[in-house]
Amino acid sequence: MQNKDIKRLSLILLFAPFALWILLLIMLPHIGMVVLSLKEKMAPRVYEYSFANYLEFLNEPIYWNTLLRTGSMSLLVTALALLIGFPIAYYIAKIAGPRARGGLFLLCLIPLWVSDLIRSFGWILLLRETGVISNVLLWAGLTSQPVEFLYNDVAVIIGLVYTVILFMIVPLVSTLDGMDNSMIEAGYNLGGNGFTVLRRIILPYAMPGIVAGCIVTFMLCAGSYLTPVLLGGKNSSWFTEQIYNQFITRFNWEGGAAFGMLLLLFTSLVIWLGLKLSGQTLANTVARS
Amino acid sequence: MLARKKPSPVLTGYRLYVVAFFIFLAAPLVSAGVFAFNDSLFPALPWQGFTLDWFFSDTEPKLGMFHDRRLLQGLYYSFVIAVFVSLLSVFVGTTNAFLFVRGEFPGKNFFYIMMVVPLVIPGVILGISILVLASDTANYMENRFDLELEFLRPGILLVVLGQFSFITTITSLVITARLKKFDASMEEAAFNLGATRARVLRTITLPFLRPAMIAAGIVAFLVSFENFNTTLFLVGSEAPLTITMYDRMAKVGSTPVLNAVSFVLMVGSGLLALLSVLIQRDKSAQ
Repeated sequence: MQNKDIKRLSLILLFAPFALWILLLIMLPHIGMVVLSLKEKMAPRVYEYSFANYLEFLNEPIYWNTLLRTGSMSLLVTALALLIGFPIAYYIAKIAGPRARGGLFLLCLIPLWVSDLIRSFGWILLLRETGVISNVLLWAGLTSQPVEFLYNDVAVIIGLVYTVILFMIVPLVSTLDGMDNSMIEAGYNLGGNGFTVLRRIILPYAMPGIVAGCIVTFMLCAGSYLTPVLLGGKNSSWFTEQIYNQFITRFNWEGGAAFGMLLLLFTSLVIWLGLKLSGQTLANTVARS
Repeated sequence: MLARKKPSPVLTGYRLYVVAFFIFLAAPLVSAGVFAFNDSLFPALPWQGFTLDWFFSDTEPKLGMFHDRRLLQGLYYSFVIAVFVSLLSVFVGTTNAFLFVRGEFPGKNFFYIMMVVPLVIPGVILGISILVLASDTANYMENRFDLELEFLRPGILLVVLGQFSFITTITSLVITARLKKFDASMEEAAFNLGATRARVLRTITLPFLRPAMIAAGIVAFLVSFENFNTTLFLVGSEAPLTITMYDRMAKVGSTPVLNAVSFVLMVGSGLLALLSVLIQRDKSAQ
């Protein structure tokens, strides 16, 4: 009996920090945001509950265009990151020798810990009119005057792919690492060619890693602020920028909260769809690391 | 798949692709670092010669980072914030690990998903939601009880809480993975030898978890140090380094002193990341 009490007490003690964290920092703030987003300012300090903030979003094409643009570009970046990253992850996990493997993986990890700001800053130095690439092209005689590569969608996409691709590669490497090489050999012995083996054996096996990578990558893209703003310039029109404008520039917290909810609903929807379509769950993909 | 059966030109092409990828990975970091040593007022070509002025010079216009008060202050605030975030998140991460590995309670799966969720909420939204709740609470207390709760206004505490809210998921996952590998018979043996619960925890279980706790702490420190999205909305007058650097980049335009800071940060986080990898590796050797 006493033993049971101790067990219960320790369970409560362990549950307390978890509950405080989730309740005070995740659940209550989000409920607060929903409530705020439903408030409409009638006069100073006078509010009424309505869907006005959401209606404003619907009535102003620039707002929902930005959200759609953010979403579609994030999907494109996710797809690119998967296409570019998968062969790299496969190389690290399956082809490189044991020593090279550790080294390459470490090389992948180091940029992961360098802040977004510095990575975007590096791209600015490379891509701008007076930057490295423009200068190299001039020097090589490939162009006669400096070229501006910054402040367009391509620059934003390059920067975003760069920022998120490691979050794709790392889960892929750890999933592919766990795959037995003999499975691949069996595929070949049964007469499959490289493509069949990839499609029928490797990809299904790597699915949890692929889904985990895609979820995190998509979420990071859609929620990123620095890369689009710094590389896309004044007209990057990223949705997080709209949220920032509502909150900090226009001091319209009600509108900003509504925009925040919309972004959250949108990313959740895409993540949910991704999980449903691939038959995975959040716990066996993102939480595996 | 490709390596085994295909002729070697394909493999060579594959290798070249891998090399090209790593050049892509290194290029912006190298350029952010190298211009710190360029003796020019702009972080751009042409190369004007090697200098350490952007680190150590104490005169304008080439004020080095170690004499730039605002940058140093940013560095200090980032450090303080990161220390608090890692201590807190490792503590809660450890209790979470015990809760989910050892505990049996109704709705465990649901709560486990709740623990993972903060990782898939965009950082900007975590920032604004915490800002909204804190301000609402502060306003309510002020209007109702005439209490001015300064700590609920944007500032260091809110930044720490905002970062803690999602970094705890990361530390929980790292420490949970380690605790799952624990061999329960070790604890049982200690109990059989008459040890108390507290003593078993202190001498057996926690030492086993220590490498994961340290690694999780380092990861938390690094993630906190580089965080921008959540911090942006919660920052008060004590701006951490990323915010200070962003302000300067957006308002003043970049000078090589930002490259010098980038260089120092890259070296610092590289070393810490290396340390955490070594600690993690130690773990698998045991």
